[in-house]
Amino acid sequence: MRENLTKIALPAGTLLAFAVLWQFAARRYPPEQFPAPSDVVRAIAELAANGTLWNNIGISLARFTGAYTLAVIVAIPLGLFLGRFVRCHQAVDPLVQVLRPISPIAWFPLAVLWFGIGNAPAVFIIFLAAFYPVLLATISAVRAIPPVYLKVATNFGAKPVMTFLRVIVPAAFPGIMVGLHIAVGTAWIHLVAGEMLGAQSGLGFMIVDARNFLRTDWIMAGMLVVGILGLAIYRGMRAIEHVIGRRWGVSQ
Amino acid sequence: MSSGKRLVKISLAGVEKWFRSGRGQEQIVLSQLDLEICAGEFVCLVGPSGCGKTTLINLLAGFERPSAGILEIDGRPITAPDPDHIMIFQDYGLYPWKTVLSNVLFGLQARRIPAAEARERALAALELVGLTSSIQRRPFELSGGMKQRVAIARALAVEPSVLFMDEPFAALDAFTRLHLQDELLRIWSEKRPTVVFVTHDLDEAIYLGERVVLMAPNPGRIQRVIDIDLAYPRERTSDDFVVLRRKLFEEFHLVHQQAVNATEYSI
Repeated sequence: MRENLTKIALPAGTLLAFAVLWQFAARRYPPEQFPAPSDVVRAIAELAANGTLWNNIGISLARFTGAYTLAVIVAIPLGLFLGRFVRCHQAVDPLVQVLRPISPIAWFPLAVLWFGIGNAPAVFIIFLAAFYPVLLATISAVRAIPPVYLKVATNFGAKPVMTFLRVIVPAAFPGIMVGLHIAVGTAWIHLVAGEMLGAQSGLGFMIVDARNFLRTDWIMAGMLVVGILGLAIYRGMRAIEHVIGRRWGVSQ
Repeated sequence: MSSGKRLVKISLAGVEKWFRSGRGQEQIVLSQLDLEICAGEFVCLVGPSGCGKTTLINLLAGFERPSAGILEIDGRPITAPDPDHIMIFQDYGLYPWKTVLSNVLFGLQARRIPAAEARERALAALELVGLTSSIQRRPFELSGGMKQRVAIARALAVEPSVLFMDEPFAALDAFTRLHLQDELLRIWSEKRPTVVFVTHDLDEAIYLGERVVLMAPNPGRIQRVIDIDLAYPRERTSDDFVVLRRKLFEEFHLVHQQAVNATEYSI
């Protein structure tokens, strides 16, 4: 009981202190330059009331979900394949290692050139941001499967398809989950970047658009919403991970 | 009980295994092994580390290929792992995402046995190892001894004619180990598979085996094959047991001494 109370009270206290400090600091500057939390809350209410906020949240979430799902659908099978076939991995690894350090944002000029302004460049950037963590986690998860699992499968005469679906995929799953988790974070960060650069809608666009009107309070409102949604997605992911971890017998 | 009257199940003739090291030098792991194991026999392989006993059981189970010599089960050369010859590992090899029952079902499903029959056989195997009440639990909820019972049940469910056991009880505490030794003997006397049991524990070898194959390192070879002419169930404190134990210990000590000397020279 006491434990739970401190668990809530400590972070709540920090947040409150942060808001108070912010409020006092903001008093020293004009609101166009540094809006106070009260201004930001008012801005959120305003954006929510006229529908802009909900509209942009919806678009951003749809884009994020679409691009993330696409990345997962491509990266997991590819990772399973490359993890299983060492020679293929040796062949492809240098290419992946060169492409991976390139920030997805660096692809933006090409993405706009290829796909035009709109949904596609943003989706492409989120896709890239989610793709590499999932791919690399899947490869290493497959390679980390204890040899004894495969020995048992061979010993009992399991056919390759059965070994793949019933042993390799579930054995790699907790490791893949780590990649999915990391990818959610990087993809969400790049969502805003992608929308700021190439889109005409979404939370990222909302922030850029607010800058054009010098509505600093809307900028901060957008940032705050991005942060809160990011936290919610991350928490949701962790809950799923926990359930799966229990089911897979890796955590208790 | 004499092994002469029984059918030869596993035979090794001039079996060798060598590896090429990084510098291109050949390292002989097993040298000139000749051995015959009869159907239904319980044979223990013992020896100090580096004597190649694990390599040998991996050759027998078909996980590795010999570099030379003939290795046969039922008169056929061993070319690959076979569902009729099941290996039991020290670290159990259970799938942690499956329940106890699903783990035991795995081998039956690999053989495409119809679901109803598979379930029946899996439950029977689990009953044999005394795990009927734990079938819906997952491996992480089980003790080491229970995990090894699941692995044994998984093997028994497919009714193999040979069980290869690679130090299966080495990771268990002493009490559980003694208990599982008795369980294994009970199952063996009931089902009569051929058992090849690798251990580094001499007492375990004498308690379990009809024959004990003592191996020596540098290069890995068979030093001596000792018949254990004691009736089951064996009494660990009986005079005969103690005499055999002393004999084997002396032999083992000799082998061990050679191994120590050899490593000193090679440095």
